[in-house]
Amino acid sequence: MVSAFLCVFAVLAILIAGNAADHLMGVHALLFFSAIIAWLVGIALWAGKLGDRDPFDETQYEDTLVKFGVAASMFWSLAGLLVGVIIACQLTWPNLFYFEELGWTNFGRLRPLHTSAVIFAFGGNVLLATSFHVVQRTTRARLFGGMWPWFVFWGYQLFIVLAATGYLMGITQSKEYAEPEWYADLWLTIVWVAYLIIFLGTLWKRKEPHIYVANWFYLSFIVTIAMLHIVNNLSLPVSLGSAKSYQLFAGVQDALTQWWYGHNAVGFFLTTGFLAIMYYYIPKRVDRPVYSYRLSIVHFWSLIFIYIWAGPHHLHYTALPQWAQTLGMTFSIMLWMPSWGGMINGVMTLSGAWDKLRTDPVVRMMVVSLAFYGMSTFEGPLMSVRAVNSLSHYTEWGIGHVHSGALGWVGFISFGALYCLTQWLYKRKSLYSVALVEWHFWLATIGIVFYIVSMWFAGIMEGLMWRAYNDFGFLEYSFVETVEAKHISYIIRMVGGLLYLSGAMIMSYNLIRTAMGHERINQPADANPVSQPPAAAELQPAE
Amino acid sequence: MSEHNKDIDQPTGVETTGHEWDGIKELNNPLPRWWLYIWYATIAFSIGYMVVMPAIPALPGMGTNTRGLAGQSDRIAVAEQVESLRTQRSASGAALLTASLEEIETDRELQQFAMASGESAFGDNCATCHGAGGRGAKGYPTLADDAWLWSGTLEGIQYTLQHGIRHEEDPETRFSLMPAFGRDRLLERQEIDDVVNHVLSLSGREVDEAASSRGAEIFAAQCASCHGADGAGDRTFGAPNLTDDIWVFGSEYRDVYNSVYNARNAHMPAWGERLDEATIKSLAVYVHSLGGGE
Repeated sequence: MVSAFLCVFAVLAILIAGNAADHLMGVHALLFFSAIIAWLVGIALWAGKLGDRDPFDETQYEDTLVKFGVAASMFWSLAGLLVGVIIACQLTWPNLFYFEELGWTNFGRLRPLHTSAVIFAFGGNVLLATSFHVVQRTTRARLFGGMWPWFVFWGYQLFIVLAATGYLMGITQSKEYAEPEWYADLWLTIVWVAYLIIFLGTLWKRKEPHIYVANWFYLSFIVTIAMLHIVNNLSLPVSLGSAKSYQLFAGVQDALTQWWYGHNAVGFFLTTGFLAIMYYYIPKRVDRPVYSYRLSIVHFWSLIFIYIWAGPHHLHYTALPQWAQTLGMTFSIMLWMPSWGGMINGVMTLSGAWDKLRTDPVVRMMVVSLAFYGMSTFEGPLMSVRAVNSLSHYTEWGIGHVHSGALGWVGFISFGALYCLTQWLYKRKSLYSVALVEWHFWLATIGIVFYIVSMWFAGIMEGLMWRAYNDFGFLEYSFVETVEAKHISYIIRMVGGLLYLSGAMIMSYNLIRTAMGHERINQPADANPVSQPPAAAELQPAE
Repeated sequence: MSEHNKDIDQPTGVETTGHEWDGIKELNNPLPRWWLYIWYATIAFSIGYMVVMPAIPALPGMGTNTRGLAGQSDRIAVAEQVESLRTQRSASGAALLTASLEEIETDRELQQFAMASGESAFGDNCATCHGAGGRGAKGYPTLADDAWLWSGTLEGIQYTLQHGIRHEEDPETRFSLMPAFGRDRLLERQEIDDVVNHVLSLSGREVDEAASSRGAEIFAAQCASCHGADGAGDRTFGAPNLTDDIWVFGSEYRDVYNSVYNARNAHMPAWGERLDEATIKSLAVYVHSLGGGE
């Protein structure tokens, strides 16, 4: 079934490759075709080796796929963070990283590569892996759809490769966080709908009477991202053989759609998706009940209802009508407490187990991620206030804000989940080295502090410089001077990014050794956080 | 599992909801009061803000969107701010147009105004190439020294700003064309090597004497018509002085060789197409003041 489906796409790809109107489309169609052929060969080889084994045994959880997801997350986090450090260097020393002959190394091409790699490749794979893990465990059912979950996983990787190679070749529809062109968007839509069906199907056959809170959050993430992706990418290709397309919306409507999408990508990809992770892995790791069921209901519904209106705050003081700016600002302010509900519920889950903060660095990482979550969900509403925004908009403050959320919240909660998953899926007594987790934690935390403090400083400084007038009513500073003034901050930011990347490299090493079954002798006596027995792969019997 | 038997969590003494997923239970804690009250406060603030500020779009029959109790409008506010800035600048700005450049430079008040305006305009239009404060960069002349290619007087600087250099859309642009002696096969490589040795000797550099004296003959025949027999340059053609130690395109042998081989013929846009007259005048005064004004 999956194979037949893939064959249809192989034929489509070869048709487009044959009729490509521009060589970029030709390259992509051939790439896509080769990927599908390799995929079909892979399926055939795998099926040949099966023998009598039922690959979709309903009494077993689908954990191999989750392991693949963990590996993919690890790989893409290193790639995305590395590109981040490179572009931070490019901003700091433009001449050092400028290659006239190599257009694809330009900042303009690498920047979307960085953002998409960390958000969609790293974050997306963490969400795929954890959602497939969590939904099986909390419904006591194997993933729905046989081979289709594998289609979602590999289809998503193919989308990432299409997007990334496209950016480097200069294919973009110039919408932030939605740069891939129409054909990649269509492919993602197909993959995403399959993802939704698998998730719903698994919920449908659940053996628990109730649906666990983490699954509400996952579902809101999957459904809303589908809606956002489809509406923001409504466009008309120049021809079926061309990589170029044009948006259906124009002018300020296009801008508003884009930021409705952009803001809710933050809301429903980077917030609700990762809150789902928090709601499973924190209580599981510390072995404590979730703090408040009522809070989880109230903050879930208020969060998803209010978030969707807040996008216009990205367009303060623009051509966007002022009433829409008011809408965006007020809903952002009302969003503050619903966002904090998740933080309270996560942190208070440690009641009765506070000592784990000291003994288990994985728990500490996840709790610090909630602290960064709380900080950036306070900073967000603050920056959405028009008076504050007139200073902060277009400055490095925005970059700092995004990274306190991305590095602190998304990164740390993901790393925490990856540590848990590797230890549990491979049924290890503990991680290879707890000391290395400590190293990862401290390097990354110091890195984040460097990053956000330097960007606060640079952002507020340049915001004030841009608006300074001299006694005669002329601008006090030229743009060049404001850029020069940020040089030191840029260096500090680059160092922060490098520290964070080193932490992720240490984690990868640790995870690989854990998966291989190694264990470092001489672990500190109190640092053996086997808070959970390794989760059994067999479905637990119904109670 | 039962919803009715009370399940009390031991460490906290709080009742659970009785549900359990993969070993995870939920406590039945109430909403934190402080959380709830702050949330209510933000909602109250938002409603108040919507009453005071423009908040409701123009529905059919309304004509316009609501302006709120404050009657605030970004468009009107920005127009007012631009207007007040214009008023602040207008008196001195008008005086700039009528006054001559010399008058501007001698009238203390006008000069200060022109310097403020010029510095601001320089930063956003000129500094990109000429550097902050006109300190120059490779390929872009320093404006803070007294070496001028075309002219260093107030009027001359104003003319350069207005019409640009080799800006072909402007018929009055400053124009000259140095031949690309190597690329266009006017001289052999050996000859270029000789002439470069000679050129470097003009500013007192140690060179190969034999090559330099051969180069002197070529210089007299090919270069002297613009750069002068002594190499001191000629501003009529924007031909740089080769006897000083100021090099726009670099002072290394290979830099000079490259200049002779390919010719540079650098370009500057005609700013009259983009900036108004008062700003051009202010810029002339500002650049003149940077250190090398004549």
